[in-house]
Amino acid sequence: MIDLLTQHPLLAAIIALVLLAAVFGALLGFAAEKFKTEGNPIADEINNILPQTQCGQCGYPGCRPYAEAIAGGEAINKCPPGGETGVQALADLLDLEPLPLDEEHGEAKKIAAVAFIREDECIGCTKCIQACPVDAILGAAKQMHTVISSECTGCDLCVEPCPVDCIDMIAEEESLKTWHWQLPDPVSRRVDIIATDVIPSNPNEGRAA
Amino acid sequence: MRKVFDFHGGIHPTENKHQSVRTPIADAGIPPELIIPLSQHIGAPARPLVAIGERVLKGQMIAEALGFVSVPVHAPTSGTIHAIEDRLIAHPSGYLAPCIVITTDGQDEWEAHSGVLNYRTLETADLISIIRNAGIAGMGGAGFPSAVKLSVKADTPIETLIINGTECEPYITADDALMREQAFEIIEGTKILQQIIGPKSTLIGVEDNKPEGIAALCAAAQGTNIEIVTFPTKYPSGGEKQLVEILTGQQVPSGGLPSEVGVVCQNIGSTVAIFDAVVKGRPLISRVTTVTGESVREPQNFEVLIGTPVQYLIDKAGYQSEKNNRLIMGGPMMGFTIPDTGVPIVKTTNCVLAPSEAELSTPPPAQACIRCGMCAEVCPASLLPQQMFWFAQGKEFEKLEEHNLFDCIECGACSFACPSNIPLVQYYRASKSEILQLRHDHEIAEQSRIRFEARQQRLEQAEQEKEAKRAARKIAAQQRAEAAQESGAEDPIQAAIDRAKIKKAEQQQDGAGDESELHKLEKAIASTAKRLTTATTKLEQAQAEGSDLVGALQTGVDKTREKMAVAKQALNDYQQHLDTRSAEQRPADAAQSAIERAMQARTTEAALSPQEKARVDLKKLQNRLKKTQATLLQSHQNAEEAKVIEALESTVARLTEKINALQPLLNTAEDA
Repeated sequence: MIDLLTQHPLLAAIIALVLLAAVFGALLGFAAEKFKTEGNPIADEINNILPQTQCGQCGYPGCRPYAEAIAGGEAINKCPPGGETGVQALADLLDLEPLPLDEEHGEAKKIAAVAFIREDECIGCTKCIQACPVDAILGAAKQMHTVISSECTGCDLCVEPCPVDCIDMIAEEESLKTWHWQLPDPVSRRVDIIATDVIPSNPNEGRAA
Repeated sequence: MRKVFDFHGGIHPTENKHQSVRTPIADAGIPPELIIPLSQHIGAPARPLVAIGERVLKGQMIAEALGFVSVPVHAPTSGTIHAIEDRLIAHPSGYLAPCIVITTDGQDEWEAHSGVLNYRTLETADLISIIRNAGIAGMGGAGFPSAVKLSVKADTPIETLIINGTECEPYITADDALMREQAFEIIEGTKILQQIIGPKSTLIGVEDNKPEGIAALCAAAQGTNIEIVTFPTKYPSGGEKQLVEILTGQQVPSGGLPSEVGVVCQNIGSTVAIFDAVVKGRPLISRVTTVTGESVREPQNFEVLIGTPVQYLIDKAGYQSEKNNRLIMGGPMMGFTIPDTGVPIVKTTNCVLAPSEAELSTPPPAQACIRCGMCAEVCPASLLPQQMFWFAQGKEFEKLEEHNLFDCIECGACSFACPSNIPLVQYYRASKSEILQLRHDHEIAEQSRIRFEARQQRLEQAEQEKEAKRAARKIAAQQRAEAAQESGAEDPIQAAIDRAKIKKAEQQQDGAGDESELHKLEKAIASTAKRLTTATTKLEQAQAEGSDLVGALQTGVDKTREKMAVAKQALNDYQQHLDTRSAEQRPADAAQSAIERAMQARTTEAALSPQEKARVDLKKLQNRLKKTQATLLQSHQNAEEAKVIEALESTVARLTEKINALQPLLNTAEDA
């Protein structure tokens, strides 16, 4: 046997390769079964980027279904609440060309809004409760309903079903709590950081009072 | 002499400290109005305890701490509560925040208060609660509640207590003035802190540019185990992490707290406040603030009540508004321009700087970064400012975090060193808040996702349960049918169908029998006639007796008469119909006959006299009114919702109105 192999190096190489292929193939097959991933990991990552407003403006019933659709090849520019930054993040993740937001599905809103029920007009029909994708409306039949504003995603879905039109979308006003520093405007130099104000060529000159 | 260490970077800006320490600390006095913000510290704002118009005494708690990381607020002097409303506060945003406004009465009347002279007898928890109730928050700048900082966990042993007397920022001399004049209080306050924390060593770190303060402290600290450590002046050695490194040589890990290396830091101002709170029972109602800059005639330190408007304070120092280009709260490196001179002094205000245009001129335009690396050389946190500037411009937040943006203490050294005048710190501040905002948004999104998925699951489960019930019912029905078949009885469904078929066939047969229809009509006429006679007799009887029932009986008779007329008409029509039909074909469908019946009914109705018609209408209305009134009474008894009762009452009113309108019509008809 050994003699035969030594005399026919081509045969020896083929046998060796076939054996190796068989071993590695078996190993890979075993691993594929043993370490099979549950669900679609890319859809999870896409879902992480989506804003989770569950508004359905993309045409899918919620963010998760749209994430799965994107994983299956759907366009990435159908999410107005995510805005251009969302599209950019998706493009980065999937290594696609970032597209402009598809206007057909609505415009990106600058300011976040939450639903507010004018409570003395509410007739307690529960229609908005059924429409809310995140269970952010509290109430029961023939009882007044109210929105848990900290849970509201501002998806608008409750506004349309209300038979007495008592739901408003109220934009969040900027306040001390939501305020934050802005990047300096490169044109105007009125910035509040003082340290840059004077850069004396000699620190001991010009500054002393 | 203890060995002191050095930290990376740092700058040497012109100090400008001598102007404001020429005179001792002056009392700023009582302004006519104090504006006390409810949130002068990091954490939850305090909750007001007083009402508008209430008189408060000096030292009275006017707002209580809300939660663990929060401190109460006290009245700095006696007076009345003028308002509890949103006022402009010293914040770079220029937004309003809730404040308590006190109109002072000038009497400065104290609330009954007492301290504990012999604080050594107190438990640690008692001391911490005194500090907490006195409203003490870090007076160096950030305003972190001191009690929280001192409540160190038992599992983190504290080796070193550091009192921060560095005051490295130019112009500010508030701590220097305290050291010169209140060294005893500082040392006593430090002893209280020692008792709370129990450190192995206690250090007071002071930069060597305050020789008078150091001398006073050294004299006061004689015979104690408190060590005064001096080190070369360099900005920003007063940063907590930088000071820890200078004094212990240890670096606080990125994102960590000094307690992780066994250190607790407190500010000099806080030690005095703690001494006042424990020994004198005096809450934090005033502080030492430096007023300086070329636009004030007499730069000096003031003992100023919390809530004093900046305008009042700078006027005390001889403010010359024409020379001033802007007012800065805090120092020239880390301070911010205040939006208005009406904003109040708060617990963290260590300096009000009123520079002239020559002193702090409007900065020249920023130029491109030339990547000279000077910012990296001066950064005390050993970061790479030029890289972070690049990423901040491109909003590459992940990269910024990788470059440890959150270790930036915003000291401004990089901006100071930058030869291109780029406001670097501004970029980092903006990026930090943007990242925090994104994190917050992501947290909310995560919560929404969880709620959405929970809801989906719930709906699915409900659907499945419904489906299961449906299946169970189907199976049960099948089983019943099988059981019925087995026992020889017929299938119940089939039986029901059969019954329905038989009934239909019978009805069709009835329709065919003209005889029976005729018979029915005749019978109806007979019974109506009978009823009519009885009713008429009764009516006559009642009329004779003058009973109340006359009206009712009259209507009864009228109604019966109507019915009689209708029945007779029907019989008549039917006979005619029979006659015509004998010649024609039978009407093919039931609908035709229904239409005819309706038309007949209308003609009969038209045949009624207007008087009768009006009477019928009136009767109907009266019935409805009675019914509504009964319901109303019932709902009153059941104490139902006001909405329902209101609706019922309006219905009653409407019906009464209609009846009233109809009554004269009927009367005229009867007269006629």
